[in-house]
Amino acid sequence: MNPRTLYDKLWDAHVVHQEANGTALIYIDRHLVHEVTSPQAFEGLKLSGRKLWRAKTVLATPDHNVPTCNREAGIVDVVSRTQVETLDANCAEYGLNEFRMDDSRQGIVHVIGPEQGFTLPGATLVCGDSHTSTHGAFAALAFGIGTSEVEHVLATQCLWQKKSHTMLVKVDGYLPAGVTAKDIALAIIGKIGTAGGNGYAVEFGGSAIRALSMEGRMTLCNMAIEAGARAGMVAADEKTIAYVEGRPQAPKGAAWEQAVAYWRTLHSDAGAAFDALVELDAAAIRPQVTWGTSPEMVLSVQDKVPNPADAPNPVKKTDWERALVYMGLTAGTPINQISIDKAFIGSCTNSRIEDLREAAHVARWAIAHGRKVAANVKLAMVVPGSGLVKAQAEAEGLDKDFVAAGFEWRDPGCSMCLAMNADRLEPGERCASTSNRNFEGRQGQGGRTHLVSPAMAAAAAVFGHFVDIREVMK
Amino acid sequence: MKPFTPLHGLVAPLDRANVDTDAIIPKQFLKSIKRSGFGPNAFDEWRYLDRGEPGMDCTNRPINPDFVLNQARYQGASVLLTRENFGCGSSREHAPWALEDYGFRAIIASSFADIFFNNCFKNGVLPIVLAADVVDRLFQETLATEGYCLNVDLAAQTVTTPSGEVIAFEVDGERKHRLLNGLDDIALTLQFTDQIKAYEERRRVEAAWLFA
Repeated sequence: MNPRTLYDKLWDAHVVHQEANGTALIYIDRHLVHEVTSPQAFEGLKLSGRKLWRAKTVLATPDHNVPTCNREAGIVDVVSRTQVETLDANCAEYGLNEFRMDDSRQGIVHVIGPEQGFTLPGATLVCGDSHTSTHGAFAALAFGIGTSEVEHVLATQCLWQKKSHTMLVKVDGYLPAGVTAKDIALAIIGKIGTAGGNGYAVEFGGSAIRALSMEGRMTLCNMAIEAGARAGMVAADEKTIAYVEGRPQAPKGAAWEQAVAYWRTLHSDAGAAFDALVELDAAAIRPQVTWGTSPEMVLSVQDKVPNPADAPNPVKKTDWERALVYMGLTAGTPINQISIDKAFIGSCTNSRIEDLREAAHVARWAIAHGRKVAANVKLAMVVPGSGLVKAQAEAEGLDKDFVAAGFEWRDPGCSMCLAMNADRLEPGERCASTSNRNFEGRQGQGGRTHLVSPAMAAAAAVFGHFVDIREVMK
Repeated sequence: MKPFTPLHGLVAPLDRANVDTDAIIPKQFLKSIKRSGFGPNAFDEWRYLDRGEPGMDCTNRPINPDFVLNQARYQGASVLLTRENFGCGSSREHAPWALEDYGFRAIIASSFADIFFNNCFKNGVLPIVLAADVVDRLFQETLATEGYCLNVDLAAQTVTTPSGEVIAFEVDGERKHRLLNGLDDIALTLQFTDQIKAYEERRRVEAAWLFA
């Protein structure tokens, strides 16, 4: 057999039926469901009188609308509450495994899937959410779908797909201290652009990727969609297997041995051909900060806000001008002089235990240096990705570090990444955020988002403006 | 799904690259559990001057006169002309629902984000990819001519300008067939029930851990 890429292997293992024109019917092993993109799918099933194909492949949880404080009081916003109650009712009616809002395992779909061992190497996994690419960190084929396809998967366990082109993003070398998977992700997007991965399934490889923890790989694959790629993935290795082992839904006994033997084959073969190759030198990546309204509008913390006159083409020039107006920034301003109003540490990109440890490290540094969250910062919130991440962080005492340094410690959910619950920016407010999108209005109408790593967000909260984490933590 | 019939439509020019689905339909409207009624909130933050919330009567809201779709000459438009990477970001199908409910049946751009592109075909909306220089020219013609309309013929895979210029576009054969006939994807897939079951039987053995 010809050498195959990881994507080829995952694809080949899931073809149910191949049409002559290249379209294939692909089998879906795992389906994550949340409250926002599923109600219309369940409604469609009911209207057509169709049954679920295989209920056991579904794991559901409410995450977008849930409050991150005072949860005992329930959801105040009636429309949000109705959406969560609709998910509860649909899951009960169809016999689906759901972690409800009051379940200790509830959290962001992309955090709980891996945490539960629901996400497995070699599986196909979908969700009505673009950040489903996260699960590719486990050498799974994972991608976001729309609500019509959610309904399609519920009813048929399959999707019609055309095979994507393949791109290898190779990051070699050693990451400097203070530079994280988030910075790699932003540096890649800065290099190839927010449409650079359109039509591609991206595999992240190279020594710097191998060196990342599973949390780091999830952060990286999570952001693949911000480069336009529906799916991002990393080859399976011993870290992958060690992460999955012992998780509640991971295989056990003989099934585990059988699975692991297969998982060890989940890498691109030597000599496998990719349609595109992008290379980065890890040692050259510095802490990244977005300055505009697209994740591709990104620079290092040592840089200055760019001048639209320097844009590569007229369309980009207009984009940059518009972005500067929206962001309330002037060309030439050093990034590290931009002050913030709020800081948000959380989201499916950066709310796992490792992310919280990195941020808490900064909080402890602040306490040790007699500092707290700066006076000009109205709110610095830490929102763990799941109830289990929260419990783990509390067992390690991270919550106390955060609170002592002036951060708020919240309950798990998507929170201010997209502000569907009560957590949001007010018009004109500027936020250092560990989330994934700095689009206009993403964190609240008129809000200004700067995407950064957890340590960079925590440091910005402490100093009141962006700082180079490498300087602070020297 | 409504079949896509030949369209003679007024063109509205949205001259921005990387228009994301958050802009097409802001998050607060995603709280709806319905599939319809998103049109009045399409491009809500650009279109109105106040903060939109679900349940508001949009007919009384202050309109942003600077937003292109609010100009009198573009009222009733059914073809949206825009720039590269349209529909990037969130997978929310509410975006094509909102555009369709607003009245758009076809969207022309030099490229689209993958998930949005796919979602359009599920909702009777035709995304058309044309070369960037052709899109440029259509922008110029649209801006220069009030009442500028295009004919969009999916069967023939052509866009025809008022001057009679015929521009061909590519579309996947299967998607074209389904859109032209307004076919239900799920019903078609269920015709493959035997193949799906056979696949599952095979996988129960070779990847048993996925069926535990």
